[in-house]
Amino acid sequence: MTDATQSGPMLAADGTPLKKSLARSLRRRKLRALALIAPLLLFVLLSFVIPIVSMLFRSVENGIVADTLPLTVVELKNWDAESGELPDEALYAAFTKDMVVAIDEKTHTRLGSRLNYEQTGMSSMFRRSGRQIKKLDPETDGPFKDRLIDIHDGWGDVETWRAIKTHAVPITNGYFLNAIDMRRTPEGAQAQPEDKQILIKLFGRTLMMSLIITASCILLAYPVSYILATLPMRVSNLLMILVLLPFWTSLLVRTSAWKVMLQQQGVINETLVWLGLVADDARLVIINNQFGTIIAMTHILLPFMILPMYSVMQTIPESYTRAAKSMGATNWTTFWRIYFPQSIPGIGAGSILVFILAIGYYITPEIVGGTKGVFISNRIAYHISSSLNWGLAAALGTILLAVVLLLYWCYDKIVGIDNVKLG
Amino acid sequence: MKVKTTLMASAVAAVAGGAMAEEMTIVSWGGAYSKSQLKAYHEPYSEKTGVTILNDDSSAEAVAKLRAMNEAGNITWDVVDVVAADAIRLCDEGLAMEIDFDSQLAAAPDGTPASEDFGDLLVSDCFIPQIVYSTTFGYRTDLVGDTPPTEICAVFDLENYPGKRSLEKRPINNMEWALLCDGVAKDDVYDVLATPEGQDQALAKLDTIKDSVVWWSAGADTPQLLADGEVIMGSTYNGRLFSVIEEQKQPVAMLWDAQVFDLDGWIIPAGLSEERQQRALDYIMFATDTQRLADQAKYISYGPARASSAPLVGQHADLGIDMAPHMPTDPENAKNTFLYNYEFWADYRDDIDAKFQAWLAQ
Repeated sequence: MTDATQSGPMLAADGTPLKKSLARSLRRRKLRALALIAPLLLFVLLSFVIPIVSMLFRSVENGIVADTLPLTVVELKNWDAESGELPDEALYAAFTKDMVVAIDEKTHTRLGSRLNYEQTGMSSMFRRSGRQIKKLDPETDGPFKDRLIDIHDGWGDVETWRAIKTHAVPITNGYFLNAIDMRRTPEGAQAQPEDKQILIKLFGRTLMMSLIITASCILLAYPVSYILATLPMRVSNLLMILVLLPFWTSLLVRTSAWKVMLQQQGVINETLVWLGLVADDARLVIINNQFGTIIAMTHILLPFMILPMYSVMQTIPESYTRAAKSMGATNWTTFWRIYFPQSIPGIGAGSILVFILAIGYYITPEIVGGTKGVFISNRIAYHISSSLNWGLAAALGTILLAVVLLLYWCYDKIVGIDNVKLG
Repeated sequence: MKVKTTLMASAVAAVAGGAMAEEMTIVSWGGAYSKSQLKAYHEPYSEKTGVTILNDDSSAEAVAKLRAMNEAGNITWDVVDVVAADAIRLCDEGLAMEIDFDSQLAAAPDGTPASEDFGDLLVSDCFIPQIVYSTTFGYRTDLVGDTPPTEICAVFDLENYPGKRSLEKRPINNMEWALLCDGVAKDDVYDVLATPEGQDQALAKLDTIKDSVVWWSAGADTPQLLADGEVIMGSTYNGRLFSVIEEQKQPVAMLWDAQVFDLDGWIIPAGLSEERQQRALDYIMFATDTQRLADQAKYISYGPARASSAPLVGQHADLGIDMAPHMPTDPENAKNTFLYNYEFWADYRDDIDAKFQAWLAQ
């Protein structure tokens, strides 16, 4: 009994303070839990977080100019881009020195492609000049100013040096400006010429069409899920297989099937003409435009809406609606006041799934979208695989990611993310 | 335990090393084109050397993938089939190996060095041309009325040839054709196209048929659209049209006027190990000799890139028809041709593409 009266910390059986002992055992448990999820954590980190972060970084990274032309960049700092006069001999000498090294390492053409995104003609200028500059000796062959201008008159153009100076920063906002139809100029950010503005429009169109697709998925999926949830298990299982069947078919096959259905000599038009509803020379144009994209994508994404709706509706007890009816509610009131509010979490979950999938869709719009039904992701794909402007692609991707996160946040504020149920 | 691990490690290394010596990965376009390479190059090469050739149909994304492999420091491809424009980009980016044509390629049977045999077609230091193909038009013989089109401007003539036409969803070729049919002389096309006014002029001409155009992005689209009667004429690669006309017997005919020649060929990725590089070079030496290039034309209607191969072009392997009249380079077909202007498009591609896409989206 003396222990109990003793003041001071409570001790565990082995004499250490209880608090410490508890903390240790908790820490051990936490470590064990961490060890258990470590493989998954590591996997997510390596295959998801790191690639995304490096993608985000690409959208501002621009070390190539300073790395390829280190001496030139230093000299350019002393040159006043606004003066309208060509840089002096020191810069041309530094540039020749840089180029000889770069040509040796074959990095000058890479820089040419980079600068060509900003100023047309740079690519061939670097490539062509490279063959000549290779022969120069930076120590003995000076002065270089006239020599270089002789090799390619682009080196005698103030705009060339202004462009190099503008894009010599190691961290640039240039790609982000390009991504919103603007560009980095010596005078600061400016709008792209009107005939090159397209990306903002595509962002808007992507959002708009994703919303339409989500809405049409809700309209189509709601009755189907309701039927699935209320029918006897035996029948609804069969119907469920029909819903899932498209899941097991390749995406490309489904999209191509829509092509066969919707084209002007396709199944739908042929049938309408045969029925006499449409004249042969006025067949409906329902593919290679926005309509085609909406139809095909709604079909492809429909299961993502039906499944969460179905699993939520299944949990709504039938007794609620019966109770409402027994108290004199009409069918409509029962549905609208009792059933519908309980099914909202399913709509929410389905909408988020469908919308986020739709906003990043690429292959279906490419095949059935024609010119007016393509998304921003088609431009991202173009810049990744064709123009190789990965910086711009990364900037577009970053903006898309930010938009999705923003919408997710709004959704959380308005509907509440706790209201989302996947089952 | 330790002994066992060491043994296993060396066994794994031996297997891996052995496999390396036997295998190489060749990247190409897939479909009928890869098949023609399999018959003409891969099978005889494997028979001769015992090397197993693995195929990867990734040529469409080759530039992006090679760049990614290079950044990751792990290049899994040995020989890659790309179009000339992509080869130039790969060479510019330092992703393809430079070739010494005369010492690393076979001479012609009469001793002409390779650099002369290929001649002007050597458009890049890294690129070994294989075939000349062309982008040209095909039309439905039953849908164009009594006077079938004979020249390129029929594409822009909605009055005499009403109906849809398919064009590639990119500015290259379309801009040239538009200017040509808007009265610009053939020799001036690229000078005009280099100016903003010229670009506007080309887009304005394309604007006159915009509502009647179906835009394609895969080479198989136009053949399908023609076969279905969705379009009355459309541009695509001449080999695809050959297949629609001769193999599938569809009512389609060629409109060779103003066809645009382009080159397709091999590059070897930069940064391969010495051993793999040697193997790749050995394959290239074999696969681009005079006889092999002529053999490929038995399976697909693309012209061999060597001058010395042309006289050896024979008959189609299955159909038994003479292939020479189906070659884009045949004098009868090549009365009026363009050669893809690599340098111009390397410079102007980004700029004009932005304008073209903005115009499309209007």
